[in-house]
Amino acid sequence: MYRSHVMVCGGTGCTSSGSDKIAKAFEDEIKATGLENEVCVVRTGCFGLCALGPIVVIYPEGSFYSMVKEENVKEIVDEHLLKGRPVTRLLYDETVGEDGTVKSLDETAFYKKQRRIALRNCGRIDPENIEEYIAFDGYRALGKVLTEMTPDDVIQTVLDSGLRGRGGAGFPTGRKWQLASGNRGNVQKYVCCNADEGDPGAFMDRSVLEGDPHVVIEAMAIAGYAIGATQGYVYIRAEYPIAVHRLRVAIDQAREYGLLGKNIFGTDFCFDLDIKLGAGAFVCGEETALMTSIEGKRGEPRPRPPFPAVKGLFGQPTILNNVETYANVPQIILNGADWFAGMGTARSKGTKVFALGGKIKNTGLVEIPMGTTLRTIVEEIGGGIPNGKKFKAAQTGGPSGGCIPASLIDTPIDYDNLIAIGSMMGSGGLIVMDEDTCMVDIAKFFLEFTVDESCGKCTPCRVGTKRLLELLNKITDGNGTMEDLDKIGELAEFIKANSLCGLGQTAPNPVLSTLRYFRDEYVEHIVNKRCPAGVCKALLNYQIDPVKCKGCTLCARTCPAGAIRGTVRQPHSIDTAKCIKCGACIEKCKFGAIHKG
Amino acid sequence: MRRFSTVPFSGTKEQEAELSAWLDAHKAMPGAAMPALQKAQEIYGYLPIEVQRMVADALDKPLAEIYGISTFYSQFSLCPKGEYKISVCLGTACYVKGSGKIYESLQEKLGISGGECTADGKFSLDACRCIGACGLAPVMTINDDVYGRLTGDELDDILAKY
Repeated sequence: MYRSHVMVCGGTGCTSSGSDKIAKAFEDEIKATGLENEVCVVRTGCFGLCALGPIVVIYPEGSFYSMVKEENVKEIVDEHLLKGRPVTRLLYDETVGEDGTVKSLDETAFYKKQRRIALRNCGRIDPENIEEYIAFDGYRALGKVLTEMTPDDVIQTVLDSGLRGRGGAGFPTGRKWQLASGNRGNVQKYVCCNADEGDPGAFMDRSVLEGDPHVVIEAMAIAGYAIGATQGYVYIRAEYPIAVHRLRVAIDQAREYGLLGKNIFGTDFCFDLDIKLGAGAFVCGEETALMTSIEGKRGEPRPRPPFPAVKGLFGQPTILNNVETYANVPQIILNGADWFAGMGTARSKGTKVFALGGKIKNTGLVEIPMGTTLRTIVEEIGGGIPNGKKFKAAQTGGPSGGCIPASLIDTPIDYDNLIAIGSMMGSGGLIVMDEDTCMVDIAKFFLEFTVDESCGKCTPCRVGTKRLLELLNKITDGNGTMEDLDKIGELAEFIKANSLCGLGQTAPNPVLSTLRYFRDEYVEHIVNKRCPAGVCKALLNYQIDPVKCKGCTLCARTCPAGAIRGTVRQPHSIDTAKCIKCGACIEKCKFGAIHKG
Repeated sequence: MRRFSTVPFSGTKEQEAELSAWLDAHKAMPGAAMPALQKAQEIYGYLPIEVQRMVADALDKPLAEIYGISTFYSQFSLCPKGEYKISVCLGTACYVKGSGKIYESLQEKLGISGGECTADGKFSLDACRCIGACGLAPVMTINDDVYGRLTGDELDDILAKY
């Protein structure tokens, strides 16, 4: 028994900012002070507040140290662990009251409105130790399913819970299982897990695998029992080395404990898992493309029907769910369908994990009940926009989604509301944009992504997205016409209606939604040849404000193109014909006298 | 766009033996082509046509099919990479926070375009899509080292470390 636990975040975010060195420093320092039998260091999964990494939490107090540096370790060990006095100076400032009292983490704005179900064990257990998972009810749901429930009971429970797929389209999970459940025991079936998190800016699946890998294994075994499958595959991005490693460790441990393999829990049920590494193709997030890729081929989608539930991996009935979806399943089995259905909105039950990113103070992972408004997420949980800038839009659903303007910030977030306002849930990336973000440029950014990632199998997507991008480039280069806007609309609808898979069918969404809510900005680019956010290079003109300019000559000396003229102590001016719009002068000017626009 | 390597193939006997051993052990596995190419890239650092041919012969598949897989996935590279592989994240969170400028600035500093390798073989530069460290945006990696919260001013110091 240890009297104290030092939990060091070992997620990718904190590891990238050096948390592994900090964990080692704690271990060394604890040894040096002779506390190694009283205090234990645990490398956990993600706490969610990645902006403040590396994060260290010390239990039983629950003291939350943020942005810990190696040189702080000795002080924390000496003061906190040896003498019992938390180092308030190094704690996350929101947990320290004005009078110096330390508040619990659940009282901070970031955590207060969260409800952690999929992420429940992230930051709480050592992901490489199966016993810690078991201590928090791990594998109890699998035991219950195998010994007390029939496969149809399991499917009914998941159906009743209202759980919908967390990977994008939101298809009811129980329904998917039901479709694949026929003819149990007579045909080879497969259970697959989509851990090919391709949406740039979303990383919840990786966090679950890094922080709580056993929950995915347990849920896949439950799904295997429900549909009558004996083999599962986790298709995971090779770019996630920590997650792959922890999942491998977890699978080995589960086999060793008899929780994977033959006759699990002494029943007739046999189930095993293998890992398949992806190789970097966004389209492989689409179910049929993912299965083609597991088969070792080019990951191109194929037409549906037949649906994977009928003819999937290696031509056999297959179900595919995403990591976050699976992470909810054991809790639904243990607490019942009603418990889960009691959270959320009419048609979207439970919680959703969002990856908050972009121009927001508290970047990181948050899990909130469905139906929470965008305002709560951005202003309260996210802590608002830094540098006093204004909220302009939030982007959800990645390259398949759209931008939500400030006027809709009070929309309760669920599957149906997001579709209604022209975006989608997607896997849960939520990127906040402020007034410095150009919406035409963002639409272009996403389209460049889909043009790159289009697999090339069907023409509407392969050629259509490229033509669409050319139209946008024309606008940001200052050559657009108003007719181009109509052409964009027409082409976008055509691509949506005629593409083979979800990638093409949703690729125009970022363009359509920005055109719907920020048409003025497009018009400004076309008619006045101006980029209001000051992003599109071809439309920018740099100017020096003669009132603010002190004539210090710094800008003229910095300019690589020799475009700035003027004499000492006299206002300078920029020759727009020579200016290459690099922005070096703005960075150097101490008086804020240079504008672009 | 795929650029073919102009560097002559210089695989060693040891590398070939390692790959053949893996291929012999795994060729019966369903869907073996992708793991085989991943292994081959791990051994050789890239997938020149000579290596693709070894994989195709061992798995008894047409070279065209192996080539099709090699060119489909962005992880596979048909030309050699530098000793230090720089990748700049152009995922949404990083892009919104200015990683596009970091990428441009590195191209300028190294005198190469994205996807290329410097003449001395030291650095190669690529854009990547989200390594999942969005809390640290904008982010770049050099081999296994991660550099986050970049402003652009520190790039010279970082490159000088290598």
